[in-house]
Amino acid sequence: MRKLTYADAICEAQLEEMAVNEGVFVVGEDVDIAGGVYKLTRGIMERFGPKRLIGTPVSEEAFCGLAVGAAMTGLRPVVEIMYMDFILMAMDPLVNQMAKIPFMSGGQFSMPVTIRAQAGVGTVEAAQHSQSFEAWFAHTPGLKVCMPATVYDAKGLLKSAIRDDGPVLVIENRVLFYEEEEVPDGEWTVPLGKAEVARVGTDVTVVSLGYTRRKALAAAAKLDGEISVEVIDPRSLVPLDMATIAASIRKTGRLLVVHEAPTRNGFGAEIVRHVIDECFDYLDSPPRVLGGADLPIPFSPSLEKACIPQETTIANAIREVCH
Amino acid sequence: MNDLTRNQKCEMFRRMVTIRRFEEEVKRLYRAGEITGAIHLYIGQEAVAVGTCAVLRDDDYVTSTHRPHGHCIAKVFDLKRTMAEMMGKATGLSGGFGGSMHQFCKDKGFLGGNGIVGGGIGIALGAAFSAQYRGTDQVTVCFFSDGAANQGVLYECLNLAALWKFPVIFMCENNRYAATTPVEKSACTKDIAPRAAPYGIPWAICDGNDVLDVYRCVSEAVSRARAGQGATFIEAKTYRVEPHCGIIADERNKDELTTWMSAAQDPILRFEARLLQEKTLSADDIKAIREEVEKELEDAVEFARQSPSPTLESFATRRSQSYA
Repeated sequence: MRKLTYADAICEAQLEEMAVNEGVFVVGEDVDIAGGVYKLTRGIMERFGPKRLIGTPVSEEAFCGLAVGAAMTGLRPVVEIMYMDFILMAMDPLVNQMAKIPFMSGGQFSMPVTIRAQAGVGTVEAAQHSQSFEAWFAHTPGLKVCMPATVYDAKGLLKSAIRDDGPVLVIENRVLFYEEEEVPDGEWTVPLGKAEVARVGTDVTVVSLGYTRRKALAAAAKLDGEISVEVIDPRSLVPLDMATIAASIRKTGRLLVVHEAPTRNGFGAEIVRHVIDECFDYLDSPPRVLGGADLPIPFSPSLEKACIPQETTIANAIREVCH
Repeated sequence: MNDLTRNQKCEMFRRMVTIRRFEEEVKRLYRAGEITGAIHLYIGQEAVAVGTCAVLRDDDYVTSTHRPHGHCIAKVFDLKRTMAEMMGKATGLSGGFGGSMHQFCKDKGFLGGNGIVGGGIGIALGAAFSAQYRGTDQVTVCFFSDGAANQGVLYECLNLAALWKFPVIFMCENNRYAATTPVEKSACTKDIAPRAAPYGIPWAICDGNDVLDVYRCVSEAVSRARAGQGATFIEAKTYRVEPHCGIIADERNKDELTTWMSAAQDPILRFEARLLQEKTLSADDIKAIREEVEKELEDAVEFARQSPSPTLESFATRRSQSYA
C-alpha cells in the first residue's frame, strides 16, 4: 500500500494508458504548462512531450470537435475541460457528434473519447464555476458518465474510460484533488457500470453521487447505533448498476439519494424511477432525494454551504426516511 | 487543365452527371413517398464536390454537411448503398441508421454528412490533426456553406488550423442561401474567403460552377497541405437551384434561377460544352456516358427497393455494443 492524492491518481491513469497505447493523447487548456492549473497532467510532458500533451487556446468547441475527428481516424483522445461549466461551450461535439456518430454511421466508427471535467461545490467559486451537469449528459443516449469519489476510483475509472471504445465523461471533483488515500501498489482498473457498497447497513439505503459519498459516510457514522445505514456509490451513472442498488433496497426497504446538483430533474429522480419500477413492493417508506438547492450557487461561503447537502442535512434526511 | 487526362475528365463528367441524376431521382422518389425525411438536394453545385474530390485519394478525409449526397457520390461513389441509405435500408452506407444527412463510409475516408450546420468543421480539424499526429500525408477537406461560415466554431478552428499548420482545406460552398435566407442578408462582406486572411491562412475564390477551376484551386491547396504547409480556405461561388429542403417553400427570384440554370452557368452544361469544344469527348461519348449513368441509377434504385429494412435485432445488437 502507498499514499496517493486524487490529482496524482488522475495523472497516473493517463501516464499508464499513454505508455501502452500510442494513440492516447491529452488535450485541453493549460494542460501542457506546469502540469495544468490543477496539476492533473503532471509528469506527462516530461515523459511524452508536446506531441501527446497538447495545450489549446480557449476554444472548447474546436478541441472537443478535434477529439471527435481524431477518434474517428484511429486515435484515443483524452480531453480536459478545466471546469465543467465550460463544457457548455462544446455541447455540439459532445451531444450531437460523439454521442451519435457510432450509431448514425451504422457502427462503422468507434468513438474512444474520454472527456475529463471537474465539478463540485465547496471552493467558493460562485455560480459559473460550481455546476454539476451529470444529469444532462446521462440523459444523452450514447454517452457514458462516471463520477469518481475516491482516489482508487479516480484512477481506476479513468483507465477504463480511456480503454472504452465509446465516449465517456469522467466528472472529477475538485474538492477532492489534494485528498490523500491509501491505494494498492500495482495496476488496477474499476469497470464502468459497477457500483460500490461503501458501507454496509440494514435500515436504509443511501445512494450518494460524487463528493456526497464522504458526507453520507460521515452522516452514517454519526447515526451509528440509532440507524444502520448502507451507503452505495454508483460510481457510474451510465451504465447504472441498478442490480446493486436494488439488492440493497430489497434488504433495507428505504432509499435516500444524495447529490450536489439541483434536486429538480436531477439524477436522483432517475434512481427513484428505477427503484419504483424494479422494487416498489419492497419499499417501506417513500423514497427521497436530497439534492442541491434549485438555485445558482451563491458566492458567499455561508450561503454556498447552505445550497448543498451537508453531513447534518443528510443525517436529518435519513431520519425522515426512516421515521 | 493540362495535367488532367482524358480519362480523368471523362470520370469527372460522369460523376457530375451521376450526382445530378441521382438528386433528380431522389426528388422524384421523395414526391412519390418512397423516400421520406429531410432531403437537401445538391443540384447546381456538382462541380464543387467533383472538382474537389477528383484531387483526393481514397485515404484522404472529407467532412460533409446536411446536403451530403453530392460529396458522398464524389468521394465514395457507391450509388447502390447511397440510395439504399436514402430509403433507410440495411444495405445502406450507414445500415439505415443515418439516412440522407448521415451517410458515412470509413473505407473511403468519408466522415459523414452532418445534421448540424457547421458540425463537421471541428471533426475535420480532428482528422487533419490525426494525420499530422500519425505522420501520414493524408489531407482533409471540410465542406461547409455560407450558412456555416457564420458559426463561431469556424473561427476557433481557423485559428487552430493556422497555429498548428494542419493539412486541412476549408471548402466554403457559397450557394447563396442558408435555408431561405440569402447570403446578402447574413454576411457582412461580399466574399467569405478573405475572412481567413487575419489568421494567416492562404485563401482563394473559385468559380464553383466550373469544375476545372475548382480542381485547379483545390490541387494547389492539397499540394500545400501534403507538403506540410498547412491550411487553405477556398470559397466556391455557386448556386443552390433547389429549395433548402424538400418540404420548405422558397421565394426565389425567377431571373436569378433562370440565369444560374442557363447553359452559360449550369456546371454540367458548361463542362459538357468545354469537353466537346476541346474534343475531349464527342457527342456520342456524352450520350453513352449519360446512358450508362441512367442504367447505374436504375440499378441503384432497384437495389435499394429490394433491400431489407434494418431489423430490430440489428438495432438491439448495436444498442448493446455502444449504448449501455
